[in-house]
Amino acid sequence: MNTTIMLFLLQDGITNGAIYALLGLALVLVFAVTRVILIPQGEFVTYGALTYASLAAGQMPGTAKLALALGIGAFAFDMFAARKALHGRLVLRSVLTNIVLPAVVLALTITFAAQKPPVAVCIALSLVIVAMIGLYLYRIAFQPLAHTSVLVLLIASVGVHLALQGLGLLFFGAEGQRGPAVLSGSFTAGALRFTGQSITVYGITIAFIVGLWLFFGLTLYGKALRATAVNRLGARLAGIRTTLSGQIAFLLASVIGALSGIMIVPITTLYYDSGFLIGLKGFVAAIIGGLVSYPLTAVAALFVGLVEAFSSFYASNYKEVIVFMLLIPVLLLRSLAAPAVEEEKD
Amino acid sequence: MQSRLPILIFALLMAAIPFVPGMPPFWIVLLDNIGLTALVAMGLVLLTGVGGLTSFGQAAFVGFGAYTTAVLSTAYGVSPWLTLPLSLLVSGLLAVLLGLVTVRLSGHYLPLGTLAWGLGLFYLFSKLEFLGRNDGISAIPPLSIGSFKMLSPGSIYYAIWVAVIVSALLTMNLLDSRTGRAIRALRRGHVAAEAFGVHTPRAKMLVFIHAAVLAGLSGWLYAHLQRAVNPTPFGAQAGIEYLFIAVVGGAGYVWGGVLGAAIVVVLKEVLQSYLPLILPGSGQVETIVFGIMLVALLQLAPGGVWPWLMSFLPEATGGKKPDTSLKLEQRTRAPGQSSVLLQVEKARKQFGGVIAVNNVSFDVQAREIVALIGPNGAGKSTTFNLITGVLSATSGSISVLGNKVDRAPPQEIVKLGISRTFQHVKLVPDMTVLENVAIGAHLRGHCGPIASMLRLDRADEAKLLAEAARQIERVGLGEQMHQLAGSLSLGQQRIVEIARALCVDPMLLLLDEPAAGLRHMEKQRLATLLRELRDGGMSVLLVEHDMGFVMNLADRIVVLDFGTKIAEGTPATIKTNPEVIKAYLGVAA
Repeated sequence: MNTTIMLFLLQDGITNGAIYALLGLALVLVFAVTRVILIPQGEFVTYGALTYASLAAGQMPGTAKLALALGIGAFAFDMFAARKALHGRLVLRSVLTNIVLPAVVLALTITFAAQKPPVAVCIALSLVIVAMIGLYLYRIAFQPLAHTSVLVLLIASVGVHLALQGLGLLFFGAEGQRGPAVLSGSFTAGALRFTGQSITVYGITIAFIVGLWLFFGLTLYGKALRATAVNRLGARLAGIRTTLSGQIAFLLASVIGALSGIMIVPITTLYYDSGFLIGLKGFVAAIIGGLVSYPLTAVAALFVGLVEAFSSFYASNYKEVIVFMLLIPVLLLRSLAAPAVEEEKD
Repeated sequence: MQSRLPILIFALLMAAIPFVPGMPPFWIVLLDNIGLTALVAMGLVLLTGVGGLTSFGQAAFVGFGAYTTAVLSTAYGVSPWLTLPLSLLVSGLLAVLLGLVTVRLSGHYLPLGTLAWGLGLFYLFSKLEFLGRNDGISAIPPLSIGSFKMLSPGSIYYAIWVAVIVSALLTMNLLDSRTGRAIRALRRGHVAAEAFGVHTPRAKMLVFIHAAVLAGLSGWLYAHLQRAVNPTPFGAQAGIEYLFIAVVGGAGYVWGGVLGAAIVVVLKEVLQSYLPLILPGSGQVETIVFGIMLVALLQLAPGGVWPWLMSFLPEATGGKKPDTSLKLEQRTRAPGQSSVLLQVEKARKQFGGVIAVNNVSFDVQAREIVALIGPNGAGKSTTFNLITGVLSATSGSISVLGNKVDRAPPQEIVKLGISRTFQHVKLVPDMTVLENVAIGAHLRGHCGPIASMLRLDRADEAKLLAEAARQIERVGLGEQMHQLAGSLSLGQQRIVEIARALCVDPMLLLLDEPAAGLRHMEKQRLATLLRELRDGGMSVLLVEHDMGFVMNLADRIVVLDFGTKIAEGTPATIKTNPEVIKAYLGVAA
């Protein structure tokens, strides 16, 4: 192996690692706040990517309709939950966030899709659509189960993953798609060629990590989320609406997922079911980070990306085996290092 | 415990199904698939629902079973019946290997760890040359008896369902035994079980292997039903699916696994064959509907369908009372033994900078009730944890009958005849009082898991339950013997813990706040019981806040404050000790 190949693999690994870092962060966030292990995170990635690619190609993405359908569902759940105490403001707010918002976005999507909108519009629409899907999914699938065990939440998460993946096939077909680069152009530094796209990936990842750090450290909502993560009951007693925390977590996760998708779809062809494996690698990073630490997750994600890049060069057949088996020694070390605390399980 | 009649009826029903005239052969195929899935789900019930160990990797064990027989019967021409034990052995051995790394994982690491090796093994199946890579292995010989070859789904049907019913029986037998109680206690954390001598890592490994062997059995049957194997059905998706089958059915119930398998297999089939008629043209509509139905099902019955169905049946009225004339062997108490039972010398425990117990020394003599008192945070419970081996002391020594036990684990301490109760009740709420108390007698039984599965443990088991029943009656909860421990009041649960501790046949009983939550009369009854125990030759060390209770009961009192012993003496001297009054009231009297 010469230096050029090594540098190339390094660059490839870091780019992939950055994406895994973002996904890992989202998984940690959702798990900490809601105890849901978010298997559908991968679908947020593909939905974001393929919505963006469809829009850029001048096609109408089915996800905009899905957002409206889920919004109506969420509205129904809201109304049913509040059936004993319906008052005007509550109904109005629910109608606005669950029905008017997705309807407006759907109308915008229909208008824009016909005329091949500029990249920025495609990105904005894709992000909003997937964000809404994430939000409504929490309301419909997870909020009613918030009191149950991690296991039940996990199985529900699998159910959502299956449904979303099936819908993905329905919306985008079995064909893979690529999208236009978010930032075109490139420059070379020595033997390395940096594309605008890879720079975007690095930039956005760093921005998100810093942003999340500021959000959790400085804002009241961020602190409320952390409080919910530490102790649900305690947070509720302190006046934090834990359902709101869950909604924020899902909102952030879906935005992060969609953004990751938009960033990679110009580099690799994505299929309706590509998200699952990408999400799982984010998982590997999140677990190495112990499902709690953001910086550790980011470092671990870079590591996973690098291992993947190098094993695809040396033993491409066993790439996936190596990446997933990587977890075992890490897990073992972690659980040996952890003190033998008594866990009160549900 | 359970009546065998419903199982017999079920078995006869299943045996009769192929003889129903006009039974579509396709239904038999469906039943074959349900049986195969049920075997794996049953293992998961034990592993996840009962033992609390979530595994996404079961599909890999199905793969081990299937590939073992596939390779041996095609490449080496070994008879399928000979590959059966080998398939089970391979699954079991690999479970030991994977278990060694996985079972130690705690909390959420465990399911994710299993997901990781499940995925890794799937890719390994599809890359290894001798397993046929992605194409797998075909032309596997069918099962045969003499010249009768089980080629049709209808003929292997019996092999599958005999396996399911026998496995269910063995699994239920296992759960209803000494080992089974240890397994059922796993989900509630390890401290309580270990305090009564259960080796929790070993118990976890046992359920892990049991589940893997059941999955391997399913794989072996699968290989000879399909007569071809490829990696697809052993992937992560399948592993996830097995888990939700167990959860949908009711993860804590053996028959929940079978019911879950039936629900999911039939549901998928119905969706696959009828949905395209309603919504034509689209490829994966059944997956979408399936996913949605799954979430809906969980929202309606988060505990699973089986317990939901069972709640419609009239509640089974109490088990039968064990025959209390059966006796367990008693501990031999050497008459000439030294009178100092427990000696704590300069015991010290530091957590970082906090000194929870600061060079505390005291002893407990034979036939004595010693009380350990002190304000909150004085280090009383930590001292208990040091004595029972839950924590190990930073320095100092603790000896029982002259033998040092500083580094001994809880399982060894209890063997020496020291048993305890907990400040925060640690019972298994979904087990009956009798079963909970019987955990206390764990070390006095001898039958292992295999004997339990084959019901060879009944004599041993009857004695254990008799002992448990005797102790329950001794503490005055005979009426509640067959109620679930979780349904009792907190005060009663504390008394159940005392009965459990008595089942050890202890020389020294450690009670952590036994009177908290008891009413006046109950406290008096407890005091009488403790005096009786002392007069019978037992010693008691108790932590208690109720001063009236302590002063009337204890022979000697040790007072701790901020981890340090500030006084020791008879109740009368302690009452007037100025240090003690200062510690409790904050001012010098």
